Amino acid sequence: MAINYIYPVYEVVRDFGRCVNCKLCVGQCANGVHFFDEKKGVLRVDDAKCVNCHRCVATCPTRALKIVKSDNTYKENANWTVDSIKEIYRQAETGGVLLSSMGNPQPLPVYWDRILINASQVTNPSIDPLREPMETTVFLGSKPDRIVRDAQGKIVDNMSPQLKLGTPIMFSAMSYGSISYNAHASLAKAAEKLGIYYNTGEGGLHEDFYRYGKNTIVQVASGRFGVHPDYLNAGECIEIKIGQGAKPGIGGHLPGAKIVGDISKTRMIPAGSDAISPAPHHDIYSIEDLRQLVFSLKEATDYKKPVAVKVAAVHNVAAVASGIARSGADIIVIDGFRGGTGAAPTRIRDNVGIPIELALASVDKRLRDEGIRGNVSLVVGGSIRNSADVIKAVALGADACYIATAALMAMGCHLCRSCHTGRCNWGIATQIPELVARLDPEEGCRRLVNLVTAWTHEIKEMMGGMGINSIEALKGNRLMLRGVGLNSKELEILGIKHAGE
Amino acid sequence: MLRIDCEGKHFSQIGQMIRQTAEKEIFVDNAQGHRYIAAGVGGKNIIVNGTPGNALGAYLDGSSITVNGNAQDAVGDTMNDGLIVIHGNSGDAAGYSMRGGKIFIKGDAGYRAGIHMKAYKDKFPVLVIGGKAGSFLGEYQAGGIIVVLGIGTDSKTNVGYFTGNGMHGGKIFLRSEQLPDLPQQIIARKATAEDMAEIEKYVGEYCRYFGGQVEEILNRDFYVLTADSANPYKQLYTSV
Ligand code: SF4
Ligand code: SF4
Repeated sequence: MAINYIYPVYEVVRDFGRCVNCKLCVGQCANGVHFFDEKKGVLRVDDAKCVNCHRCVATCPTRALKIVKSDNTYKENANWTVDSIKEIYRQAETGGVLLSSMGNPQPLPVYWDRILINASQVTNPSIDPLREPMETTVFLGSKPDRIVRDAQGKIVDNMSPQLKLGTPIMFSAMSYGSISYNAHASLAKAAEKLGIYYNTGEGGLHEDFYRYGKNTIVQVASGRFGVHPDYLNAGECIEIKIGQGAKPGIGGHLPGAKIVGDISKTRMIPAGSDAISPAPHHDIYSIEDLRQLVFSLKEATDYKKPVAVKVAAVHNVAAVASGIARSGADIIVIDGFRGGTGAAPTRIRDNVGIPIELALASVDKRLRDEGIRGNVSLVVGGSIRNSADVIKAVALGADACYIATAALMAMGCHLCRSCHTGRCNWGIATQIPELVARLDPEEGCRRLVNLVTAWTHEIKEMMGGMGINSIEALKGNRLMLRGVGLNSKELEILGIKHAGE
Repeated sequence: MLRIDCEGKHFSQIGQMIRQTAEKEIFVDNAQGHRYIAAGVGGKNIIVNGTPGNALGAYLDGSSITVNGNAQDAVGDTMNDGLIVIHGNSGDAAGYSMRGGKIFIKGDAGYRAGIHMKAYKDKFPVLVIGGKAGSFLGEYQAGGIIVVLGIGTDSKTNVGYFTGNGMHGGKIFLRSEQLPDLPQQIIARKATAEDMAEIEKYVGEYCRYFGGQVEEILNRDFYVLTADSANPYKQLYTSV
């Protein structure tokens, strides 16, 4: 029907002067955009199928391809944007809930970009990280509130189990199923090399990856997929997933079509059946119930592993965090509203939750005000894009940051936001063997190690500039931050002064 | 044989004693709401006298547990394998997300029993409730069998509201006069001889633990509930 016609968003432009007719693009595009027209003897395209993932552009040997935004225009309207018009057509036709992937792309404020970092001048001189040792190691876990001595006056070891990170960055939860085997292999290898952790997500742990247990966080979500005692004991930490920044308040749903082969085995559900994670854990309706899950996990793993609880940044996140900090959990993970996802209802992704910067600042303050900040470590995610975001997060009170989208980009993700189609041309968000093979785990690992190493250098440089030689001394050090262009309420919540003050 | 007297002990002490002993036979006496008994434990035979607390046998990995008394919430939560026999009633969320093993409850189960039970390969969870079950029975059930016998109840359906909401696999057997209100995606029918053959052994096992006549129990109307699709949400989405 004509009213359903949606003009292609992108146009694939081929420079026939450069094109040598090698047809590589035909094989590279899993979306079937490029095809060879036998009759006319030319390469042609079906732009409507293009998701702008740049695979063909990047692999074309003669740089004959580029993707441009279509200049086909609707009558301009600042209220009814092109996207909102198209969404209406699509829903009117299908009656379906809009689904999309990766983080919220809407032009909502990015507070990191309104926060600036301090540096020393003359007094309290800066430190040269090339000359002086800089400590970026952090320990995640509950810290004892006092030193206990035995009858002989010797200090009693009353430290709860801790995660030791060489740098305050970890790879956040992405399940096997939402991403590929090779993507998981890259993350696991890189976490081992870097002395940090990657997270299984809620899809269980593939048997090949048990050997990376020393660098693994295993996740327990409402569907409890692949959760059994060996799995719980396989990693160094157990993360209870309550919520995720991209889709707070709703569950997950991996369609049966994606539950194939090893995915079915790892999740421990039959091939072809939907993997449904209910919105809440139906054994957790209160902080008391959460405490029960925390302790049943601790009992099942002999109190050897810290337990983390991950929640989405929502309006009352500070109160929720206060409850979690009293639940016996060792680590609180807060995921901001720009966090990525393999698939989420578009309306929820784009409208539910709050920015991680504000959530972090208010949680850290609340826990300090209540004298329970030491009960837990704070880890934040939800679009940490670079080392400066890490520094700002630590200064706002985080112990460490989780990265996922950035990690995927290190492995080749071009942010086409089409993960939910399962045809990721970069071999990441797909289970199609030929596509998965495009990501070499060694190469993925190398690039992830490079990224985190580079960020760590930058973190050290910025710390040195502030005259700080240990990341612990930066934690919650909000005097190192200033806001620009923020109103007084925003500054109050962030707990920082305005630049110039 | 190890005997643990719960009197005056914290749950963590009891847990530690169970995890550390090499004994296979363990008696846990005087349980007064002590939580997490036998969480994640495999290879033991545990007898609990009294009332164990929440999350009894959570992540259970092949042990067998007998409770001489009532159990509280989340019995056999995320259980992987083993057997739990309760000579009484159980609280809410019994068998939540269990993947394997069997739970027999002599009397009633609270709300949310058997939510998100699933089966995989040789793992096949079975939850048998002798009396009646509360609301949300078998919500999101993905596999395994839930049987509600309704023995000694005067309820017409023996279950509460929202039975089988979001169910996408497995079977629920209800021994009852009439069907409860059911969500759209559930197919309900009278049990056939074939269906009954499937649960006969579980009813037999129930009678072995708690007494009663198998024939007498089976000789009543049973309804079988199944989901009409393993992919209930397939039609829900459109992508952008
Ligand atoms: S979907 Fe990707 S590979 Fe296919 S034409 Fe578009 S940019 Fe090229
Ligand atoms: S992971 Fe793949 S499908 Fe998802 S946004 Fe990145 S390139 Fe696109």
